[in-house]
Amino acid sequence: MTTRIDTRFAACAAEGRAALVTFIMGGDPDPETSLAIIKALPKAGADLIEIGMPFTDPMADGPAIQAAGVRALAAGMSLKKTLATVTEFRKGDDATPIILMGYYNPIYIYGVDKFLIDAKAAGVDGLIVVDLPPEEDSELCKPALDAGLNFIRLATPTTDDKRLPKVLQNTSGFVYYVSVTGITGSAIPDYSKVTGAVARIKKHTTLPVAVGFGVKSAETAEQIAKGADGVVVGTALVEAVRTSLDTHGKATAKTVDAVTSLVQDIAAGVRRARKQAA
Amino acid sequence: MNVQNPNSFRNGPDETGHFGMFGGRFVAETLMPLILQLDEAYKAAKIDPEFQAEMNSYLAHYVGRPSPLYFAERLTDHLGGAKIYLKRDELNHTGAHKVNNVLGQILLARRMGKKRIIAETGAGQHGVATATLCARFGLQCVVYMGAVDVERQKPNVFRMKMLGAEVVPVQSGSKTLKDAMNEALRDWVTNVADTFYCIGTVAGPHPYPAMVRDFQSVIGRETREQMLEREGRLPNSLIACIGGGSNAIGLFHPFLDDKDVDIYGVEAAGHGVSSGLHAASLTGGRPGVLHGNRTYLLMNEDGQITDAHSISAGLDYPGIGPEHSWLHDVGRVKYISATDQEALSAFQLLSKLEGIIPALEPSHAVAKVIEIAPTLPKDHLMVVNLCGRGDKDIFTVAEHLGGL
Repeated sequence: MTTRIDTRFAACAAEGRAALVTFIMGGDPDPETSLAIIKALPKAGADLIEIGMPFTDPMADGPAIQAAGVRALAAGMSLKKTLATVTEFRKGDDATPIILMGYYNPIYIYGVDKFLIDAKAAGVDGLIVVDLPPEEDSELCKPALDAGLNFIRLATPTTDDKRLPKVLQNTSGFVYYVSVTGITGSAIPDYSKVTGAVARIKKHTTLPVAVGFGVKSAETAEQIAKGADGVVVGTALVEAVRTSLDTHGKATAKTVDAVTSLVQDIAAGVRRARKQAA
Repeated sequence: MNVQNPNSFRNGPDETGHFGMFGGRFVAETLMPLILQLDEAYKAAKIDPEFQAEMNSYLAHYVGRPSPLYFAERLTDHLGGAKIYLKRDELNHTGAHKVNNVLGQILLARRMGKKRIIAETGAGQHGVATATLCARFGLQCVVYMGAVDVERQKPNVFRMKMLGAEVVPVQSGSKTLKDAMNEALRDWVTNVADTFYCIGTVAGPHPYPAMVRDFQSVIGRETREQMLEREGRLPNSLIACIGGGSNAIGLFHPFLDDKDVDIYGVEAAGHGVSSGLHAASLTGGRPGVLHGNRTYLLMNEDGQITDAHSISAGLDYPGIGPEHSWLHDVGRVKYISATDQEALSAFQLLSKLEGIIPALEPSHAVAKVIEIAPTLPKDHLMVVNLCGRGDKDIFTVAEHLGGL
């Protein structure tokens, strides 16, 4: 089964470049503005879109994405509304892959079976659930694959060659390589090591490998894009949302543009990097 | 639900860390290899006589075990029912049961060659115990503590600093224990190579709930021996307070298969479970996934974790150890709750009658003793786990009672 994610990565590869994967927190700073941002992302140069499902206790996220989740929840965001956002987006775009990213509890409480049906119907293509390692695959990963959704797994510098096959076993869509041990928004990674790590993962899989954590600008994106099939940018975009807000934390006329202009910039960086032979 | 009555209540967890449907390993991939490594290291240590001998030596000479099993004569007379014994774990070095577990984990960290120890703390007792053993063994120690708790448990913050630990006030979320745990997990995910995460309760990803329980079970094993020696028979009932539930499981576990022993766990009801301001995960929550395990949690209809409330910082947590969730579902342990007010009354009564100032945490257990003991016959032997001393709480209590 070929999914939107497969198709999009193949198209970028055919252009000889990495794909740009953009992360935005669903409902940040409010559900309407967030939808407007997401709708504007493809035109700005995003190849794939990750939408964060806000959670009160995001254990793997740094302060920027934590704060984005707090803003979204304060604005009344819920998993149901995140799915509604995808439904709205799909009305105008049937090609850009949408991946929901977050933590397991809200999905578990929504009900796994109901969630998978509703997510598929909304036009979701893949899931990244940070606190579900392969050891817990029976919870959501396998049911998601059965429902026709990609389940994208994180591989990290601590995932050694012995463990990689286990991590990759039920992974589909792409592999998300976390370039540093740490939380989102951490230090800039060592590019030489990233290229080596991507090569190491590719020995075990034919899936595209996207690299994230620490991508902050067109320059960092360009460096990463030289050695990967995809570049993920999240914290920088979430910060662009934050700095555009008024003193009460509300969206301003600049909010959508603040994100799209940064995405345009980063997309240009990605496109400058001719992909090296993988 | 795949909960079933097993032949023994003491076999859990299974190989994948599950107690029935509860427990598991819900962590980020970065941490997974570390948790597997910890599991291996603990399995090896558990059966190594040298490790056990080292543990026992420090428990005897540094912690001060065994802790006494004390017949609370005046409390018993006052209540006029069951014969009440206090398991005096507040007499341990550092003033609470927490040190039993920390000793085990620190000795394990040393075996694993880890030089940097991180911990989360609520009331500060686990933080103090961790800082103490890090000082004893020359290890770097970082303790995450919710900013609200830093404020209400100042004496413990000062103690940790005196012991050389760095105390990091956590400003995110509700600024209490759960947020301290989030921040400790973020630290661990960042400093994977040299850091050992010393979890203070029977929660977190497998193997923590089982490992912490094993280290705390010394409480129940001693109680069993001491009661047999004193009374020639097992107690009729056990009672302990529950936040995450480590002191409780420590007392309960060695008795789980003694069917005639009634077991009570006391959650913190705060302003009352119906008020919504409480920390009673079993009474007022439902199963969900947080901090590496599936267990009963306080949350809203969207699966967002809600703030717990308790006068006691040590019980102020929206979850509970997964083994307790299982024992609740299979009905082996009866879980009840005590309000802030009931705990405050118990705090005063025990201080005045026995000359023992309990921590606010076990004051919740004492509160239920006050309720239950008078309904029982005089030959009923009841053990309450006095898991911490109240020195740290005198300012909080004074404030509630209207000044010193």
